[in-house]
Amino acid sequence: MQEPISTEEGFTRSAIKQLAVLGASAVLIIVAVMYLLNFAASLTSTNVPGAAGAVDLENNEISIYLREDPPQLDTTRATDAVSGLVLGHLMEGLLRYDENFEIEPGLAERWEMDGTKATFWLREGLRWSNGEPITAHDFVFAWRTTLDPKVGSQYSFIFYPIKNAEAANTGTMPLESVGVRALDDRTLEVELEQPIAYLDKLVAFVTYYPISEKFYKSTNDRYGADAESLLYSGPFTMSSWVHGATLRMEKNPYYWDAENIPLDAINAAFITSDSNTLLNLYKDKRIALVDLTAEMLEGAMQQRWHLDRFMDGSVFYIEFNHRPGRLTANLNLRKALRYAQDDGELVDRVIKLPGYLPAKSVFPIWLRGVEGTFREEYPAPESEYNVELAREYLEKAKQELGISEFPPIVLLADTSPVATIASQYYQEVFKKNLGLEIVIDPQIFRQRLAKMSSGDFDLVLSGWGPDYNDPLTFADLFASWNLNNRGHFNNADLDAQVRIAQNSMDPKVRMDAFGEIQNILFDQVVFIGNYERGRVYATHPQVKGIVRRAIGAENDYTRAYIVPETTTP
Amino acid sequence: MWQYTFKRLLQGLITVWFIATATFLAMHSVPGDPISGERAATEAIRANLAARYGLDKPIGEQYVIYIGNFLKGDFGISYTQQNRQVNDIIREHFPVSATLGILAVLFAALGGVLWGALTAIYRNRLPDTVIMFLVILGISVPSFVFAALGQLALVNINNFFGFSVLPVAGWGTVRHMLVPSLVLGMGTMAYLTRLMRSSMLEIIHSDYVRTAKAKGLPAERVFLKHQLRNAILPVVTVLGPAIAAITTGGFVVELVFAIPGLGRYFVQAVQQLDYTVIMGTTVFYGAFLVFMVILVDLLYGWIDPRVRVQ
Repeated sequence: MQEPISTEEGFTRSAIKQLAVLGASAVLIIVAVMYLLNFAASLTSTNVPGAAGAVDLENNEISIYLREDPPQLDTTRATDAVSGLVLGHLMEGLLRYDENFEIEPGLAERWEMDGTKATFWLREGLRWSNGEPITAHDFVFAWRTTLDPKVGSQYSFIFYPIKNAEAANTGTMPLESVGVRALDDRTLEVELEQPIAYLDKLVAFVTYYPISEKFYKSTNDRYGADAESLLYSGPFTMSSWVHGATLRMEKNPYYWDAENIPLDAINAAFITSDSNTLLNLYKDKRIALVDLTAEMLEGAMQQRWHLDRFMDGSVFYIEFNHRPGRLTANLNLRKALRYAQDDGELVDRVIKLPGYLPAKSVFPIWLRGVEGTFREEYPAPESEYNVELAREYLEKAKQELGISEFPPIVLLADTSPVATIASQYYQEVFKKNLGLEIVIDPQIFRQRLAKMSSGDFDLVLSGWGPDYNDPLTFADLFASWNLNNRGHFNNADLDAQVRIAQNSMDPKVRMDAFGEIQNILFDQVVFIGNYERGRVYATHPQVKGIVRRAIGAENDYTRAYIVPETTTP
Repeated sequence: MWQYTFKRLLQGLITVWFIATATFLAMHSVPGDPISGERAATEAIRANLAARYGLDKPIGEQYVIYIGNFLKGDFGISYTQQNRQVNDIIREHFPVSATLGILAVLFAALGGVLWGALTAIYRNRLPDTVIMFLVILGISVPSFVFAALGQLALVNINNFFGFSVLPVAGWGTVRHMLVPSLVLGMGTMAYLTRLMRSSMLEIIHSDYVRTAKAKGLPAERVFLKHQLRNAILPVVTVLGPAIAAITTGGFVVELVFAIPGLGRYFVQAVQQLDYTVIMGTTVFYGAFLVFMVILVDLLYGWIDPRVRVQ
């Protein structure tokens, strides 16, 4: 006779059967809800079809990523790198940078400088993406609009070498008085306050791009808001833009050099800044390029990925508060701090990101000098790591300041991962070697700037990215009149040298002045160099011709092209 | 019932107003403002910008203007993306976050109830031990770890099969929704499993269940109508705060899976000190959560007749 099943077990079995049924219905419910939601979503928004993969040989397209949704595609107001990247593909200016970093003709076919006057001749037959002609008036309109005090552009300062630009920007003179005018549709005449040697580098900058006045006004204050509210002068047009999700650029048939643009389209198919996500997307063959962190580097080399390296242009340093009455205004204290730390150690042992170099000078390593690079012709003064010397200077500082012990010193910093470990490193080093107590003050970016401007710090981890390819963009950082000199460093010799560099037309004289500036900044310990940022990146083996630069669009796909798959890696 | 609902709604409105005011004050008390940039501007330009955005007015006046606009449904224009209205940002990106959130809640609720019931039925036997171990992992491991691991697993799966089984990141089709919402709901699902388990265990040994069995009720009815339905009640209570946790936890998942949701704008707005977007998203989220909790309370009353208000 069979053992009767106990009621308990029977109960359990029936319960499990019911659970199984419920579980199956749950799965069906979820699947149904997913399809329902997707359907609802497709009714209210436009979805760009998913990426066809990093490389689409048939359609001649590649897929890339963007770190964030470009916040501002209005060239009169754009300030950030992502907007700059996108704009570098959609628009063009009078002049532009080639793959060797040299200036070459863009929309202008030639130009001439004569004292305070510069003339640019536009090419024949230039057209916007709607077929309308691009004229010199478009440049006049764009430049005046940027300088309009009501627009309040953060980059209006980049026009200040032009006559009356600063006055117009502060409202003391009308916009029509600014030294730029269209002699005719194809000739642009620029009048400067003083002759400057770097005008050609300036006009390659995004803020100098042209804007069609007619189109701008027709968008009713929505210029730059989405793909339909922009007109394109560059190699690509923006065919669709789903904010925060995707951005698609297609070849611009009206571009004057369209036949030399290899790709038919570029899909920015993913918008995220998470480096792991980007690496996964690259491994999954969804994007054509990715920056690598240190952990990824070894794996990448083992798998024979195609690796490259470039300096992204920016320099990072500890800035001091030089305001009278602050401890850090004392030169001996600053010397003590510099001797007590080793910038090689910060980059190699603490930060450990591939591509970073120690910052020996405010002038980064890629800047051009007279013939070769600036740092070859004017080597940066060498500092050394010398704890005993540091302690001597600390004693001298104590005597001069009339104190027996230093109070806590505030180190202001961003909350980014690199800034966090750098600030912790300095806290430890200065404590160990000098017995100083460093208090870290982490602030988000805008708050860090606000505290710098109000002088609410002793040390701050700061940095600078170049606007144009001339050492002046770094040299004037600590000039007493520069509003970006938030530490308020004030030195008459430095100011004089900056003026020479600004006003002289002789390359040797200017470079000598930059060399002097480099020395003064070192002797006065105006800052302590941290690192020059660079990156190591991997590119899809079938994509060639991507250019990455320190100035201008950080990634330049305008000359990129696809090669067919080969059997050899 | 209606009186109760009306009272709760009124309380909800006051809560939302309080959230708006607290956020406004907090925003204005930190150093910095949305119009200062890395490239320092001259005093004249700053003054112009401040005047244009009304930031030069005294705080009290700014507050009144803001609340006034807000009641009209106008949240203003983003400072970072100066040609986008905050309303547009919410309108375009909230549906994405909502989709993610709804699916995550569904996974969490359905999964939690079913796994919890399963462990209760197999109490102290192998399925129970295994599932509870996973539950502890699920509760303690942070969502960004799940997200990263999940994504890595997808890469390896796609690699292994040679074609794209599921997308690694991105948004737009049904296949994009699966893994992100699973990852987002994971922690809450673990928590609800545990809750459901203890609730079921309590009920299995309760008097009325034993009575029902002794009466000879069919096993299915005992299980479904008495055990499950009663055990669900604590889970429903917790559902309100669980929705809150999932809505606000969406940011990490959105970042890792490159999903264009509102969570990312919410966090970025704080980092950029974008006043209008901060206020708009905070008030929006606050209102959403407050009313979700009210809804869940009403739902609870519907499920459990004992709780209905006289």
